[in-house]
Amino acid sequence: MPAELLEIIDDFQALEEPERLQLLLEFSRSLPALPDRFAEHPELLEQVVECQSPLFLTLEVADDRVQLFFSAPPEAPTTRGFASVLHEGLNGHSVREILAVPDDMPEQLGLTHALTPLRLRGMTAMLGRIKRQVRAQLPND
Amino acid sequence: MSIAADSTQKFTDYANPERLVSTDWLAEAIAAGTVGTPELAVVESDEDILLYETGHVPGAVKIDWHTDLNDADTRDYIDGEAFAKLLGAKGISRDTTVVIYGDKSNWWAAYALWVFTLFGHQDVRLLDGGRDKWIAEGRPLSTETPTPAAAEYPSVQREDAPIRAFKDEVLQHLGNGPLIDVRSPEEYTGARTSMPAYPEEGALRGGHIPTAASVPWAKAAAEDGTFRTRAELEAIYLDGAGLRAGDDVVAYCRIGERSSHTWFVLKHLLGFDKVRNYDGSWTEWGNAVRVPIAKGEAPGTL
Repeated sequence: MPAELLEIIDDFQALEEPERLQLLLEFSRSLPALPDRFAEHPELLEQVVECQSPLFLTLEVADDRVQLFFSAPPEAPTTRGFASVLHEGLNGHSVREILAVPDDMPEQLGLTHALTPLRLRGMTAMLGRIKRQVRAQLPND
Repeated sequence: MSIAADSTQKFTDYANPERLVSTDWLAEAIAAGTVGTPELAVVESDEDILLYETGHVPGAVKIDWHTDLNDADTRDYIDGEAFAKLLGAKGISRDTTVVIYGDKSNWWAAYALWVFTLFGHQDVRLLDGGRDKWIAEGRPLSTETPTPAAAEYPSVQREDAPIRAFKDEVLQHLGNGPLIDVRSPEEYTGARTSMPAYPEEGALRGGHIPTAASVPWAKAAAEDGTFRTRAELEAIYLDGAGLRAGDDVVAYCRIGERSSHTWFVLKHLLGFDKVRNYDGSWTEWGNAVRVPIAKGEAPGTL
């Protein structure tokens, strides 16, 4: 896993449960806004329907580096927090690194009790869709 | 009733107008300093459990429907002792007036209110329009978590029978009383087993309980998240779904939270005496052995 993502997991694990939610809240506040080319064309983003709130994402691959873009309303802080963790942990990494992230990585944040598995599934779905979009952009060989 | 009911004109048409308060009423209570006292507690209960932390009605405490009200192991609600501990810690005693509000047209707030009712808490009300209306009106939000003085709440036995239906009771109910399915049309017809935009929760089969009428829960809410007027609700549930005064009604959805919103509407706004929420709902029925299922748009026969 990318070092940034491992560090985030360690940060969550180092905290007691209520503080883990606070950390997720902080992440929700730091999710970058969409650049204009996507903000003005929301139809270019894919909805992650597994999330309990509207969450849209897309990505671009250039020189083997993946740039991630997320959109989630402020009234969905949990979902924004998930997106922000993935953004900070994965953005700018290589195709190979992103495809190597374990599918159950969201469970490693230690939030399964506080958030329930159902809610965490939204994050698992985001990761799944990111990987699928990355694979779709791989050259055929 | 420890605090006088809200006399808002719209509410007077409802069967139990004292079960709703308006945003004006709540703002006045805050100004009067009664929120967070032994007389009045305000509770926020949301789907998104971080929403409270981003800002809430000043003085409101948070109750999470899943981690606070559900038993961690059995598929059941907490017992009287755990409920007493939870409410006592929130500064709520048996005669405290409780006003609950939340996101998404009070969907989870209604669920929390229904659980409070299982424990016979007498005076529990919803904020009409919930969190969204409060914010849309530009009313104040606070990020300060209140620390109410602990209260004594008695350990009361939960009384499920009047407002909660179990699978066997629903089987007996078939052919004897109406059922309301409050899920999306796609779930009702069997085209899918989870609601659109929500994750799968593992029902093996799609469809609905035979004879159930389809009335998606959100039909009871207006654009601004407030409840529709009595006349509009009668058009939906009496003319539309065929309920008659005096009916013994069972409502269900997927896990019983959306249907507690409908339970509130039928019980307190339209005044049906006997309304039960089948919280096992489709995740149980859709997986149960040898129970009948109907598919398609028609309610189906037995």
